[in-house]
Amino acid sequence: MVDIGTVEVIPPAEVDDVELYHPKSWVTKYVFCQDAKVIAIQYSLTAISIGLVALVLSWLIRLQLAFPDTFSFITPSNYYQFITMHGMIMVIYLLTALFLGGFGNYLIPLMVGARDMVFPYVNMLSYWVYLLAVLVLVASFFAPGGPTGAGWTLYPPQAILAGTPGQDLGIILMLMSLILFIIGFTMGGLNYVVTVLQGRTRGMTMMRLPLTVWGIFTATVLALLAFPALFVASVMMLLDRVLGTSFFMPSIVQAGEHLKYGGGSPILFQHLFWFFGHPEVYIVALPAFGIVSDLISTHARKNIFGYRMMVWAIVAIAVLSFIVWGHHMYISGMNPPFGFFFATSTLVIAIPTAIKVYNWVLTLWRADIHLTVPMLFALGFIVTFVNGGITGLFLGNVIVDVPLSATMFVVAHFHMVMGIAPILVVFGGIYHWYPKITGRMLNEKLGQFHFWVTFLGAYLIYFPMHYLGFIGVPRRYYELGETAFVPPSAATLNVFITAAALIVGAAQMVFLFNLIWSLSKGKLAGSNPWRATTLEWQTPQTPPGHGNWGKELPMVYRWAYDYSVPGAKQDFLPQNQPPAEAHQAALP
Amino acid sequence: MNIIFLFLAVLAAIVAWWLSQQRITAKPWLEAGPSGDAGASSIPAAKIGLGLFLAIVGALFALLLSAYSMRMGMGEWRTAPAPKLLWLNTAALILSSGALQWAQVAARGRKMDGLRAGLLTSGAFALVFLAGQLVAWRQLDAAGYYLTLNPAAAFFYLITGVHGLHLLGGLVALGRTMEKAWRGAPVREVRLSVELCAIYWHFLLLVWLFCFGLLLLSDWTAPDGGLVSVLCRVF
Repeated sequence: MVDIGTVEVIPPAEVDDVELYHPKSWVTKYVFCQDAKVIAIQYSLTAISIGLVALVLSWLIRLQLAFPDTFSFITPSNYYQFITMHGMIMVIYLLTALFLGGFGNYLIPLMVGARDMVFPYVNMLSYWVYLLAVLVLVASFFAPGGPTGAGWTLYPPQAILAGTPGQDLGIILMLMSLILFIIGFTMGGLNYVVTVLQGRTRGMTMMRLPLTVWGIFTATVLALLAFPALFVASVMMLLDRVLGTSFFMPSIVQAGEHLKYGGGSPILFQHLFWFFGHPEVYIVALPAFGIVSDLISTHARKNIFGYRMMVWAIVAIAVLSFIVWGHHMYISGMNPPFGFFFATSTLVIAIPTAIKVYNWVLTLWRADIHLTVPMLFALGFIVTFVNGGITGLFLGNVIVDVPLSATMFVVAHFHMVMGIAPILVVFGGIYHWYPKITGRMLNEKLGQFHFWVTFLGAYLIYFPMHYLGFIGVPRRYYELGETAFVPPSAATLNVFITAAALIVGAAQMVFLFNLIWSLSKGKLAGSNPWRATTLEWQTPQTPPGHGNWGKELPMVYRWAYDYSVPGAKQDFLPQNQPPAEAHQAALP
Repeated sequence: MNIIFLFLAVLAAIVAWWLSQQRITAKPWLEAGPSGDAGASSIPAAKIGLGLFLAIVGALFALLLSAYSMRMGMGEWRTAPAPKLLWLNTAALILSSGALQWAQVAARGRKMDGLRAGLLTSGAFALVFLAGQLVAWRQLDAAGYYLTLNPAAAFFYLITGVHGLHLLGGLVALGRTMEKAWRGAPVREVRLSVELCAIYWHFLLLVWLFCFGLLLLSDWTAPDGGLVSVLCRVF
């Protein structure tokens, strides 16, 4: 500790007004707005809306699996279209956009003490290009032939050949939408990274950043470098489909007819796709890691355990995530030494992730745990992430992956680890920051109902699914039919899972209702209802006004986790509280 | 994927260096008190933004080249001939980049005439390069190496096309810089714009030299002897 008696307070810096963008009309204030907070809301609402479409698709998938031969409107083609769009929307258009475009835009400028992003105009464009990408995606539902049914991985050659649903326009719109998404994301991502680098207020060193910012920052760097692989793959496949090149297309004889393609390599696509695809897991996970660290520390009234280790682990995970993509391709006929390499690098990732889990648990140890709704979701995340991560250790080994790869076990694994776990953090984050965004608390009772149904329901869905995978129930199948190796009880279990899925989905409507209802009826929150230390809770206005701060930018004196500091007058010390002030009142 | 790995290794080295400057071994819980500044560098945000953008564009090209070399390593590979015109185009791009460098030097010395001449020359040579690339496409096409002939031809059109599009985007920025230079915007502002353009141009020149050197010189890319296949075997 520094000697608190002698520290003088450095006056906060004033910033000239001219750099700031000022909305002049309703349109520039709420529609074409350059304020990161408004862009964040736009991103979030768009992502949640398209996410609801994916939720409904998952219901349809589950209905078909539980009750085959019942629904005339779910044909095999529809089924493949549903699983494709469900996966693509959830992974890219919901989770990536919500964590980086939503949470990133809202929290980065506020948490680092900036007035806005560094390139507000580009930031605004980012949202509109994202919206365009979503609209193109939605358009594919209405295109002749429907959306693509190639599976969310879009593996060639089948993705663009006749016989795959949506081969006409669906796949073209899908690829165009992805290309647009990546362009839009790149615009936003440049902002998030440069704002963290250059927009920090005085005193806010990198090692004083809240872990939320570290998580979003690192995930954005990861995304900026990984998305080009998907971009390249999408452009090349689009050329294959539209202009007839053969980047990914080998010579093919279809129905006795030799197609125009020849000389391409489908495996090349898999390499490019997974070079993006694996970092994508961490693009979603790292912001979740960061947010969860802050939720736990705040709601347990205790400083985060091992802050430095948490930062280093985030960086280590980011680096490692680029050398593990091959574990998605064990069954592609890979050279055995490569399999050994990828299995090793995959298992090594367990070390930094385990460090994070232990640090969360140690933060909770002997802490003053408040079981608020955000805390419930954070705790739910830790358990779920450990569960999903452990099955990842199984699947990371070639010899275990090969028999399980095409089964429901994999579906259960990745839904736990990168579906349920991050979405629990999304919910926790929304319950936590909603008071800052709207000035009102979300309803606590409804929130608890939402948590317990979602959390327990998710386990009722995915635990049995692991078992289905073990007994060999294949994934991707429209219906099982008569098989010798699948016992009839699998069908009963499928009905059970579907019932749970319908209930969990319905519980999300309660959440949506809560979001809307609390907007006008929620309890007034005040400026800092959770008594948190980070800068976004110290704004002069709630919700924060345009420019975030008053005339002066805040001055940061400490890290983000000064909870329950011995001798301090409050059980939390905001980051912008000078040391002298923090201790004065505590003296008798 | 060797080329993208080399590229990412270079980036990782830069990031590691930067992190080492951020006192990541600090113990922030022991260090309450004022801390001078935020540790943000004095480099303008636009320049850092451009640097980051170049890293992304670099990753894009590294991936394209990686895909090219992987496909080449998978056998049944027939290279497309590189039109002689590409040498002239390369010269035009070098001149364009050089002219921008000249403009940048002039901007530092506040010589507005030299600056404007440099910008114009650079823009003109960039247009020559783009036109030359289009002619090269037509020559290849006329020689029977059309887009869908084989993967080598497709890669040639794709990589040159993506590179050309990036230069086209650069020309938009160059146009806006010219507008500033002629309108008489504050020298500081013009100087930054010219500098950003120059960095972008040099980068695209470097990318082009890589593409040209690694991919289009047919003796290098011969199935057994070329640099790319050597790299393929090493990694």
